[in-house]
Amino acid sequence: MSKQLKFEIGVGLLVLIALISTVFIALKVSNFSGFQERSSYQVDALFSNIGGLTARAPVKVSGVLIGRVDRIELDPVSYRARVVMDIYSEFDDIPMDSSVSILTSGLLGSQYIGLEVGGDDMVLQAGDRIHFTQSALVLENLIGRLMVSLTEGGRE
Amino acid sequence: MIKAIASLGRSSLMLLAGIGQMALFIWQLLPLVPGGIWRIRLLIKQVYMAGVLSLPIIVTAGLFVGMVLGLQGHHILKTFNSEEAVGTMTALSLIRELGPVVAALLFAGRAGSALTAEVGLMRSTEQFSALEMMAVDPMRYVVMPRVLACIIALPMLAMIFIALGIFGGYVVTVGWLGVDSGAFWSQMNQNVDWHADVINGFIKAVVFAVLIALVALYQGCYAIPTSEGVSRATTRTVVHASLGVLGLDFILTSIMFT
Repeated sequence: MSKQLKFEIGVGLLVLIALISTVFIALKVSNFSGFQERSSYQVDALFSNIGGLTARAPVKVSGVLIGRVDRIELDPVSYRARVVMDIYSEFDDIPMDSSVSILTSGLLGSQYIGLEVGGDDMVLQAGDRIHFTQSALVLENLIGRLMVSLTEGGRE
Repeated sequence: MIKAIASLGRSSLMLLAGIGQMALFIWQLLPLVPGGIWRIRLLIKQVYMAGVLSLPIIVTAGLFVGMVLGLQGHHILKTFNSEEAVGTMTALSLIRELGPVVAALLFAGRAGSALTAEVGLMRSTEQFSALEMMAVDPMRYVVMPRVLACIIALPMLAMIFIALGIFGGYVVTVGWLGVDSGAFWSQMNQNVDWHADVINGFIKAVVFAVLIALVALYQGCYAIPTSEGVSRATTRTVVHASLGVLGLDFILTSIMFT
């Protein structure tokens, strides 16, 4: 075996192992979605408070992932948060009167959108708006309301 | 008193001269980059010397660093009842910091010192002059392939280091400490971002590779041509490259992850 061949085999193995490592990191470790984005359609909804929701947060029905948040912006007319969601195309029969709420996974987990399926015959199309929304729970508001109800209860 | 001021002045001038020499060295190398890429046979030999021969140390270190991270992470996170997050912690600390940095430190010690010693000895035994006599440009045929080989090898080694580290963490936490395997991978998957984390870690590795290659070959080329000079240059390569990697890492982190 010539020396040059030995070098080439060694380098070839190194490149191979490095490629396998990179693929492993891309697919198993990070949320690499890169080239084959699942086909989806966009719907949006207005929330009065999104709490800690971020782009790429999951959209779930009964805990099953059906899409992701694409972007969050401020609606210039109503001054409420406009959340644009990508819903995967295979879920194309979601009724018009479904409602979305911002929920938290676990006690301190990240926030996601829970979609409650309605009963309408009309289904959501690309560009439609979901009208029934429930904002994120803000701990301070909750405590404030609790304090009010406690003090009122004490007065009676 | 006067002597102290004089020595301060001398050392500052030496420092300035060193920086200027380094800049000239880089300036000399830059136009040779495109030609160097096409000298495949020289390049492959150097990638073998720098990369393949560093593989055992990278593999071992990666596994052990990952295993220690898993153990310590599990120990700390258990007090918050969130052992599942150990996967995220291991992966993020390896991808963002430890992978590129530790791989670069090991590379500086293993390959950088070897390069300095090799080139320094070639210089001290007048091999450079001999090459020039045969109208072979030593910068083009000796220095450039080695620089490029470092820049090719270290990012690959860093990726291997990261993958093995995560595997080591997985073995310890899931196999030994009983963390749920599904939670380990899914939490990691949710929190590690391809662009923000993996690509930035890769860029770090490339920057460190350039630094180590330049320091090692600069020290080799300008070593005092005695056995003592070469040994000093080798030491300086490891010290300067390691400190440079750590300092640059701080700067890169403050740019990338804030």
